[in-house]
Amino acid sequence: MADIKLTNLNKSYGQVHILKDVNLEIKSGEFIVFVGPSGCGKSTLLRSICGLESISSGTLEIDHAVVNEVPPSKRGIAMVFQSYALYPHMSVYENISFALENQGVPRAEIKTRVEKVADMLQLTPYLTRLPKALSGGQRQRVAIGRAIVRGAKVFLFDEPLSNLDAALRVATRMEIAKLKRGMPQTTMIYVTHDQVEAMTLADRIVVLQAGRVEQVGTPMELYEKPGNTFVAGFIGSPKMNLITGAPAEKAKCKTLGVRPEHLDISTKASAGSMQGTVEYTEVLGSDSFIYVATEHGLITARENGRTAVRTGDKVHLKPVEGQVHRFDDNGKRIEGK
Amino acid sequence: MWERIRLEPSRFALHLAVLLIVAMWTLPTAGLLVSSLRDKNLIATSGWWTALTTTVRSAQTRTGEAAVQVEQDGRFVISGNLFEGAGDGPGTITAFGTRVAKPDEFAVGTTASYEDGRTLTVNADGAYSYTSPVKFEDGRGQRVFYMTAVPPKFTTENYSNVLFSQGIGRAFVNSLTVTIPATIIPILIAAFAAYALAWMKIPGRGFMISVVVGLLVVPLQMSLIPLLKLYNASGFLSKTYLGIWLAHTGFGLPFAIYLLRSYIAGLPRDLIESAQVDGANDFKIFRRIILPLSFPALASFAIFQFLWVWNDLLVAIVFLGTEPDKTVLTYQLNSLLGSRGGNWEILTASAFITIVVPLLVFFSLQGYFVRGLLAGSVKGG
Repeated sequence: MADIKLTNLNKSYGQVHILKDVNLEIKSGEFIVFVGPSGCGKSTLLRSICGLESISSGTLEIDHAVVNEVPPSKRGIAMVFQSYALYPHMSVYENISFALENQGVPRAEIKTRVEKVADMLQLTPYLTRLPKALSGGQRQRVAIGRAIVRGAKVFLFDEPLSNLDAALRVATRMEIAKLKRGMPQTTMIYVTHDQVEAMTLADRIVVLQAGRVEQVGTPMELYEKPGNTFVAGFIGSPKMNLITGAPAEKAKCKTLGVRPEHLDISTKASAGSMQGTVEYTEVLGSDSFIYVATEHGLITARENGRTAVRTGDKVHLKPVEGQVHRFDDNGKRIEGK
Repeated sequence: MWERIRLEPSRFALHLAVLLIVAMWTLPTAGLLVSSLRDKNLIATSGWWTALTTTVRSAQTRTGEAAVQVEQDGRFVISGNLFEGAGDGPGTITAFGTRVAKPDEFAVGTTASYEDGRTLTVNADGAYSYTSPVKFEDGRGQRVFYMTAVPPKFTTENYSNVLFSQGIGRAFVNSLTVTIPATIIPILIAAFAAYALAWMKIPGRGFMISVVVGLLVVPLQMSLIPLLKLYNASGFLSKTYLGIWLAHTGFGLPFAIYLLRSYIAGLPRDLIESAQVDGANDFKIFRRIILPLSFPALASFAIFQFLWVWNDLLVAIVFLGTEPDKTVLTYQLNSLLGSRGGNWEILTASAFITIVVPLLVFFSLQGYFVRGLLAGSVKGG
């Protein structure tokens, strides 16, 4: 059991205000992902939860106890660092057992626990090796093993996959998902800037921008009902088209959001369509992206499979009925049609 | 492969420079070693680079005394071997003479005549025959000058001489007694201080670091008199090993802290934070993470401090004094230069004993400079 509650949490370094009034409730066993552009404070927020950064004001509660002043090791958390932070002079076994050793766990128990974790992560053959003799994926598993062996209630991941190559990243992502399924009671908080990781792993995503929480919700909530233009533009790839001007006014809003997959491409004009010239196309096989220069700016559209459209073609784009997002003057979502 | 063999001009110049520097210090060192192992008579006559070849030098001795003469075919003969009386062992005579100005006047095997009818014949192996038509009356033998070829000769006699008779052995032990603790104590203190100044959140940390950096430029001569007064007042520190250990520790600490702090501050932050999350306190982080990873920096400081203390003369004289049982190698070497300045065999052997320990220290620790202990800890590694 590990509920985490952040109330009006602020963090500043001198004059620089990093985290601004963060309020967040995380339920035990949830997989929460923090996403946001670089410098948005997502790592700082994670480090504050961990206890590596002090909190300037507000409270952090773990299991209904305020832990603002509790040192990291007493918060019942484990952290997997971006660089893995393996102790280079210690063997894999020593790396995994270090935390238990510090807790004064008896030697025999350390051995059984380390071996159990090593077995779970397929690290048994490497227990005597030094980190430098391991591949990137193996180092990653040792870092996770260090977190598991402590039996922590909360796991914190700080961009754990960013140092792996693309193929290994997908494989490790699935392993982390599997790990979470195997530990349903453990709360996991995961920081990433990769929205694929966020969408696939998260129970709920927290979108941060400039130290503020922009929106919290399940991946599909964020995708289908982005609360503001920032979230709308941040979640989804390629980005949602945010159109201002005549089409927006016609829809009675300041900004009209249409995802590329919700635009019909036609060579003929129809009611409500926008005319433009194809700037260039990206054909990926499974789908194609078409970039169209219109009087409202560059608009991205998506088609399944290959596309017949060529660069320079005159085309007409029309949003699919009921698949548009409307935002008001402050960028907030306007519900309803 | 091709890249590897290609010699770029800049690399070539670099290699040449390195070669030159290596030659500049290995040659004199080798010379010192060779000289210290040569016979003292040979050192005086030829350079160390001729140590492996036979040396020809002039020498003189006397024939046997009149008492050993025998009468033979009407002449009086004194015979024997020139090497019997001479200090150096058997050699080969290449030429001999009757006058000091011309020791190579006659070839071996020929007969030299004196004005009054006396003759002298000398063979290569030193056997001679000195004859006279009249009975020898003079008590002492005739002086003979000769050129002798001395084969290469190496000896450890010089070393045993300086070690056991010239006080170098005692001074060697004293130097070690001063140097080893004076190297270890500052390392221990500085490593703790460096960790604290690099990673612990203490108020006034920046100020303390700047004080340390400031102390780097204080000349130690400035503190000699105040320190001596302090030592004399304390009573138990003056002219003791404890006193000099503390003095060297104090003089070495600013540099030690400065060097170690910059190294330790450069260790990955993640490692220290990871250890904090793992529940290690500062002392444990220091002992289990920082110390093992800082070994290269500790080793390089150890070399600096060891060499500085080992070669130090001033601090040793001031704080340990010049009593015979407490003098260090540098002092002993200095006094030998004064008293035995002409005896190269003593000076070279003493000098070599003095440099052998720094050489050993350097070669045993230099591997830590190049070894990347951090490989594998963080990404890419």
